[in-house]
Amino acid sequence: MLSSAQTTPRLLRSPTTTTAAAAAALKCSSQILTTRKSLISRQTSAVDLAKSFLHRLRRTEPQLNSFLYVPPDEAVLKQAEDLDKKIKNNEELGPLAGVLVGIKDNICTYDMPSTAGSKLLENYRPPFDATAVRKLRECGAIVVGKTNLDEFGMGSTTEASAYQVTANPWDLSRVPGGSSGGSAAAVSARQCMVSLGSDTGGSVRQPASFCGVVGLKPTYGRVSRYGLVAYASSLDVIGCFGSSVADAGILLNSISGHDKNDATSSSREVPDYASQFLEIDDLESKPLKGLRVGVIRETLEDGVDLEVISSVRDAVSHLEELGCIVTEVSLPSFSLGLPAYYILASSESSSNLSRYDGVRYGNQVFGDELNSLYGDSRAQGFGSEVKMRILMGTYALSAGYYDAYYKRAQQVRTIIRNSFKEALDKNDILISPAAPSVAYKIGEKKNDPLAMYTGDVMTVNVNLAGLPALVLPCGFVEGESKGLPVGIQMIGAAFDEEKLLKIGHIFEQTLQGCSFVPPIVADEWTP
Amino acid sequence: MSLVLFCLKSEALCAVVDLTGFLLVSSFNLSDLLNLFLRKHGVLYFSTKSALGQTAAQEKQHTRMKVSSKLDSVKFDEISKNYEVVIGIETHVQLSTLTKAFCSCPYNYGAQPNTSVCPVCMGLPGALPVLNSKVIEYAVKVGLALNCRLSLSSKFDRKQYFYPDLPKGYQISQFDIPIALGGYLDVDLPVEFGGGHRKFGVTRVHMEEDAGKLLHTGNGNYSQENYYSFPIGIVDLNRAGVPLLEIVSEPDMRTGIEAAEYAAELQRLVRYLGVSNGNMQEGSLRCDVNISIRPIGQLEFGTKVEIKNLNSFSSMSRAIDFEISRQALLYSLGQADEIVQETRLWEEGAQKTVTMRKKEGLADYRYFPEPDLPAVNLSEEYVNEIRDSLPELPEMKRRRYENMGLSMQDVLFLTNDVNVAAFFDATIATGADVKLATNWIMGDIAAYMKNEKLSINDIKLTPQELGELIASIKSGTISGKIGKEILFELMAKGGTVEGLIKEKDLVQIVDPTEIEKIVDKVLANNPKQLEQYRGGKTKLQGFFAGQVMKETKGKANPGLLNKILLDRLNSKS
Repeated sequence: MLSSAQTTPRLLRSPTTTTAAAAAALKCSSQILTTRKSLISRQTSAVDLAKSFLHRLRRTEPQLNSFLYVPPDEAVLKQAEDLDKKIKNNEELGPLAGVLVGIKDNICTYDMPSTAGSKLLENYRPPFDATAVRKLRECGAIVVGKTNLDEFGMGSTTEASAYQVTANPWDLSRVPGGSSGGSAAAVSARQCMVSLGSDTGGSVRQPASFCGVVGLKPTYGRVSRYGLVAYASSLDVIGCFGSSVADAGILLNSISGHDKNDATSSSREVPDYASQFLEIDDLESKPLKGLRVGVIRETLEDGVDLEVISSVRDAVSHLEELGCIVTEVSLPSFSLGLPAYYILASSESSSNLSRYDGVRYGNQVFGDELNSLYGDSRAQGFGSEVKMRILMGTYALSAGYYDAYYKRAQQVRTIIRNSFKEALDKNDILISPAAPSVAYKIGEKKNDPLAMYTGDVMTVNVNLAGLPALVLPCGFVEGESKGLPVGIQMIGAAFDEEKLLKIGHIFEQTLQGCSFVPPIVADEWTP
Repeated sequence: MSLVLFCLKSEALCAVVDLTGFLLVSSFNLSDLLNLFLRKHGVLYFSTKSALGQTAAQEKQHTRMKVSSKLDSVKFDEISKNYEVVIGIETHVQLSTLTKAFCSCPYNYGAQPNTSVCPVCMGLPGALPVLNSKVIEYAVKVGLALNCRLSLSSKFDRKQYFYPDLPKGYQISQFDIPIALGGYLDVDLPVEFGGGHRKFGVTRVHMEEDAGKLLHTGNGNYSQENYYSFPIGIVDLNRAGVPLLEIVSEPDMRTGIEAAEYAAELQRLVRYLGVSNGNMQEGSLRCDVNISIRPIGQLEFGTKVEIKNLNSFSSMSRAIDFEISRQALLYSLGQADEIVQETRLWEEGAQKTVTMRKKEGLADYRYFPEPDLPAVNLSEEYVNEIRDSLPELPEMKRRRYENMGLSMQDVLFLTNDVNVAAFFDATIATGADVKLATNWIMGDIAAYMKNEKLSINDIKLTPQELGELIASIKSGTISGKIGKEILFELMAKGGTVEGLIKEKDLVQIVDPTEIEKIVDKVLANNPKQLEQYRGGKTKLQGFFAGQVMKETKGKANPGLLNKILLDRLNSKS
């Protein structure tokens, strides 16, 4: 049992547990399932749906800057029209028919630019779709645009984009988190229904937390990386954003599975994640009875905002009331994750970014000799955060330093992986905050990279261990008019996304009094 | 993606070319225009003001002159008396898999530039390598054939450096755990170079991918396109990602001949195994030679020099001997400090090595494990299966042939080409006499192949028929001379010995009465010569024999003929 929070929670609205019946109002929170139902029943058309999203996107985009590229309306509407024809002809619909998706701009799309947020790839159009995007389209999804990110995924605020700064829909003066800030903000502000992001050290989960949406980082290997512009290959995964756990789960379902183009993708069978999103009426009074939940002690200590701690502790109490058996677990190696992560991620990125040499894409700066051609092309093409990481990684891999940095970091990674394995042998899931704070001000940590890196402390271990994790909003702390959302992170055993989604869904469905619709669209959005 | 992109450095002029047509554009804003146009057309290019690196032509003239002019005066025998030569060889063998190492592009030597490329081998963002399992199979075959220890668990690493022909900025290779380690190669030196058996150590065998090719123009290296007067780099990525094995020898060689024979044996080995065509001209087999010498008695090793651009075994041998002489001369002149760690190119025309680039310390390739590829794990069963499937290798064949009683010259000839050896084996499998089969193959058949520029698989003669031919001669059905005639027919047109004999009525005449008749007839027709013979001009025996052969269209049994002829010639005297 956990002791209750030491400080008085300063929640604007505390989540409270309710009986199943009282929560009935929240059912069908899944936009994907609602869309499907209303399309099939002809309550609405795909075109009308697309128009309403495009309208909201166009209205809010000038303030948010979530997207780096949005195709002309006609291109989107054409796909919706085709779908309406199919519906009219009673043709079979894919599981994501009519679902409007945003794609992080480091994921390749053959029909839209894919810049990874970098000047070096300005106007670059890949000749192929990433496997995840191809699968989405095969399921009937419509891509509404490419979302903003920190250049090559390197950053935690989306301020390191070479093109624009994205605002947090809950408070336009704050960052949306990063690096998938555009994808998180877009789902939060209902500019699209769901979106894809990528998560190397928390780039899906931290912005999900900052923007009050659900973020799912799958097990390494669950989703093909083919077509994801590599940052750190052994850590990168494509992840899902949704406004509900069900949406994130259904999205994951459609992009998972082995890919012959990615040797690190797993050939384990993909369970039907979608089948478990029970409507609330069907829940028992203690729906999570007997599930063992371990709260990671090291994540609720110094360096974490008190309001975040109390929010998470409240959420843990909620899980307890749902029947979970909660214990506190200690992962002594937890704090080693951050330095190990930054060494490994920088090392791999220094190598992955070598291909941007100005010979095949990006602006080639003409040089007197080859080295200056490379040097100048890269100096002008990369932003400062990227350069810093390339330098760090190059250093860590250099002769004479390899053992002290890269090799030791790999050893730490093994220790971390083992400690998580041990903890997850004893527990069904582990719990921590998604981030040590809520969204901070734009510019606040821009000149303090270490402070920004520290913000990744909650998430990087999960990537090092290759585990799946689900972040979902669990409460608010004081902020602007409506407060700022706090996210809780649930970490599962490898390939146990199913359990995370089940727990997350029930948690979400029974969380009362919290509406995670940001003020910028609250007036027009009715779930 | 069928375009090749190139560009040039000129402030005032730029040109863009593709292979289907070309476009010339003038502009003062070179970079914008080029970027715009080239990117739109998917062309790969780079440009610099000077040519890449230091070329042979730029090497300091004085050293070269000095050395080469005095080179002849240094006698090779003396060198070997006074200096110890140490040679090690790094060989890159291009594997003849149907597709590249990490993608499904085929590779065809000589194809139009950039026609066999895909996002993976072009290193496009988001593309990932997936290992072709044939590469492992071939590597295991070579590892076993080189008597190596196999690493049952190895991995790939990234070797990082920048060059325009390396699209990812790193080469996928193997660093600290190569797939095979610690083997050796048996070599029998050619008889004309003194012969002898050698065992050269093999340090390691590892798998890696090939880079693309740079075609320079504007400085004359790429003749097809040199209507430009400024340097243009053209990148052809067809070869990028083609699987290679790098085979590193121990520094066990002492002469150019030894080194060349080591390489030739490797070529035989990969051809026997069917893992590579081993063609040096096409670059399927590339040898880089490391060579140092030190005066006998000196404790520390001499400075190591690398030689590249060796396109044949003979140029390898000559390049090494040149380099040994060059270094020995510098020692003898007291200028050993002019031997520096560098890469030198063999210039075939000038028959000498020249500086290509000097090495400034050790390059730091920042190797680290390739995160995009899982570890390579081999099971014992897999390895045993491959071991059991290995063909008879050159060394085993040589020893077997030697035990059959063949001379080393014959053995080396027969085993040099795997197809010739197979032909020989199939011939003797018909029961043909070993020595006779050898003589036919090394003699008339080899000469025919050489004249017609055919390989043994191209000629129409089958081993079965060669066996038949040998048997027919041995049994006396046909004479050796007739056999020879039939052989050419068989090689050129095919058919069977039996058929040809029948068709041409070539069966040897072995009936003494029949021969006697013809002999008598010939003697009767040439009374003048007969008289001369009997007058002591016995050399005329050949004349009579020829006449008989002519009369019988060569079918008379020569032994019988001579016996009868002599009888007749001498009996009436």
